[in-house]
Amino acid sequence: MSDLFYNAVPNATRVAPPRHAPRQYPDSKPQRVYLFGTCVVDLFYPEAGMDAIHLLQREGIAVEYPQGQSCCGQPAYTSGYTEQAREVARAQLALFAGDYPVVVPSGSCAGMFREHYPDLFKDEPETLKQVQALAARTYELVEFLLKVCKVQLNDLGQPTKIALHTSCSARREMNTHLHARELLAQLSNVERVDHDHESECCGFGGTFSVRMPDISGAMVLDKTRALKESGAHQVVTADCGCLMNINGSLEKQHAALRGQHVASFLWQRSGGQR
Amino acid sequence: MNTQTRIPALEIEEDFRARAHEALGDPQLRGNFRRAMDSLMTKRAAAFSDPEEREDLRSLGNAIRARALSKLPELLEQLDRNLTRNGVQVHWAETIEEANAIVLGIVNAHSARQVIKGKSMVSEEMEMNDFLGERGVECLEADMGEYIVQMDHEKPSHIIMPAIHKNAGQVGKLFHEKLGVDYTTDVDQLIQIGRRVLRQKFFEADIGVSGVNFAVAETGTLLLVENEGNGRMVTGVPPVHIAVTGIEKVVENLRDTVPLLSLLTRSALGIPITTYVNMISGPRQPGELDGPQEVHLVLLDNGRSQAFADSELRQTLNCIRCGACMNHCPVYTRIGGHAYGEVYPGPIGKIITPHLVGLAKVPDHPSASSLCGACGEVCPVKIPIPALLRRLREENVKAPDSPHQAMRGQGSKYSRKERFIWNAWARLNRSPALYRVFGFLATRLRNLVPNSVGPWTQNHSAPKPAPRSLHEMAREHLHKPSGDL
Repeated sequence: MSDLFYNAVPNATRVAPPRHAPRQYPDSKPQRVYLFGTCVVDLFYPEAGMDAIHLLQREGIAVEYPQGQSCCGQPAYTSGYTEQAREVARAQLALFAGDYPVVVPSGSCAGMFREHYPDLFKDEPETLKQVQALAARTYELVEFLLKVCKVQLNDLGQPTKIALHTSCSARREMNTHLHARELLAQLSNVERVDHDHESECCGFGGTFSVRMPDISGAMVLDKTRALKESGAHQVVTADCGCLMNINGSLEKQHAALRGQHVASFLWQRSGGQR
Repeated sequence: MNTQTRIPALEIEEDFRARAHEALGDPQLRGNFRRAMDSLMTKRAAAFSDPEEREDLRSLGNAIRARALSKLPELLEQLDRNLTRNGVQVHWAETIEEANAIVLGIVNAHSARQVIKGKSMVSEEMEMNDFLGERGVECLEADMGEYIVQMDHEKPSHIIMPAIHKNAGQVGKLFHEKLGVDYTTDVDQLIQIGRRVLRQKFFEADIGVSGVNFAVAETGTLLLVENEGNGRMVTGVPPVHIAVTGIEKVVENLRDTVPLLSLLTRSALGIPITTYVNMISGPRQPGELDGPQEVHLVLLDNGRSQAFADSELRQTLNCIRCGACMNHCPVYTRIGGHAYGEVYPGPIGKIITPHLVGLAKVPDHPSASSLCGACGEVCPVKIPIPALLRRLREENVKAPDSPHQAMRGQGSKYSRKERFIWNAWARLNRSPALYRVFGFLATRLRNLVPNSVGPWTQNHSAPKPAPRSLHEMAREHLHKPSGDL
């Protein structure tokens, strides 16, 4: 019988890590933050990144945008190309070395910094320390505005109805899925409507959307149908991967409905000029 | 129903993608799964109404399973000793061929002609029905769902509810055709029809086969839960009982089974406890009036020791087979269980099957996930399913000459072309100068993006980069570029 375990390490059993305690936020807002724009925002939705900068600057915070930044490494990481992901992650690490918060306008890229960088560098003790420090000061944009800046938004827009799509990373990795709701609730003329199977994935999943286009397509069709049936005038989301998926599908369907990044929505509603 | 002449299962597509494509285009199947999974999710949520209690219980479940796995070899030996002491004959099988040979040996020793079987996924791994059927032994499923899929020459589409892909109308039609009864869609009536047939079979059968939910090492007890009573019948009525199970099902003591049972039934069906909780501790003793004269346990490895050998992959063996991961999976909900083409579908299937059959036989399984995390969130024993899927993707693209051999069939998706692309991607994203040139070209040549860009434009309009990148806009807006390289 011991033949069955020819190769086993007897004490290699893993116990699930303890549950994350609710995140503690600093009492006051910092004077300076980094913005990690993400590659999708950089090339496809730069206005969302600019509106994130505007929102932060309006809070009296200086924004630093390291020009050397590119991608968090997630596409390679989730595709199984761990080594390639690690090298891209290492390049980002060096750019965000200052001891102030890193704000990311995307739940999944923020989740990559916070949850997966420590895994990527678990065998490099020195780098791991750096990575853990980075993880501790990484915030998703909405989370940062609400919990650290404690923003109070003044709604200057016309009455409207919106549907909120929350990315799976924001919901399950960052635990920030209620933050966008809370922030949007500050806008007096905005009614947030629920949609069917709201907590379900939109089907993006990074490279999943091109590796399994049939399944991913069925998921995004269901998601966009639910969004259209919700009666919302527009969709708001805090994740540009989901946004690209949902908007790309809506466009393909020639639907009138569109999604917008939450940074742009908040900035425009609260009177911001571009 | 005659299972002696084996009728081959319906022709199914060879390729996972082709099967998924077919399932996605079947509105009846899509509707059946969506409704069933919605209902199961609602029931589970109601059964765990207190999130604090749920999370504490999940942590406990995880710790119990981890403790059992941390001393798996010792616990299995203890289980063997205690079962033997109780009069149960224990058999070890490394492969499904060995397991089937053991079962056949017992069948032949009793000149058995009829076997009645309770629900057991390990017997599905063994394809026991077909194996015995080919040797002239009738092996009839006694679980109502299994009975239905066996009658229709199908495989289970869900590990807990094997016939969940069928609605009452489809079952009514099947019973009408195969059993000659009047067509009905009344679920109670359908169950009564099935029960009448099965009731007779319980008394005729020479051997009863069952699975095992937990094998308790300390006491030598086989614990089996079920709602229909068929489990008690197959383990109690025929003169011989054969239990088949995977080696990972062992737990240390009876106390451990209490939280695990609560997690199992609430996660699976949203019920506090099953109608029947059977604890089988041995054959009929002198002076007892019922129970089988002989009890056997077949412990099957079938690739599980491969998962056991790796500390990350070992977590796969935490599984208590509740099916909550598939109930909550947006992919499973849309393609159903048959599309996976293997015994275990859904998220757990995607991480356990590569160990059972080799990664090369199921190369698309790890990729068929958006890594949304719904499975890991509901797993009662906290298997990090998304992390394990990612790990399997890594194993899948390993170079053939990779020194670390974690699993059979690794590198089955290795492609020099794809590796080249990711290497180029990494170089681009590591070099600010290259990335700047790339960003400039992508935005300035945005109108050159063709209307069809591979699989992306199957579901989306063509992606069009913005006129200028955030890098440029931020540099201009923030005036003094900092961290510029």
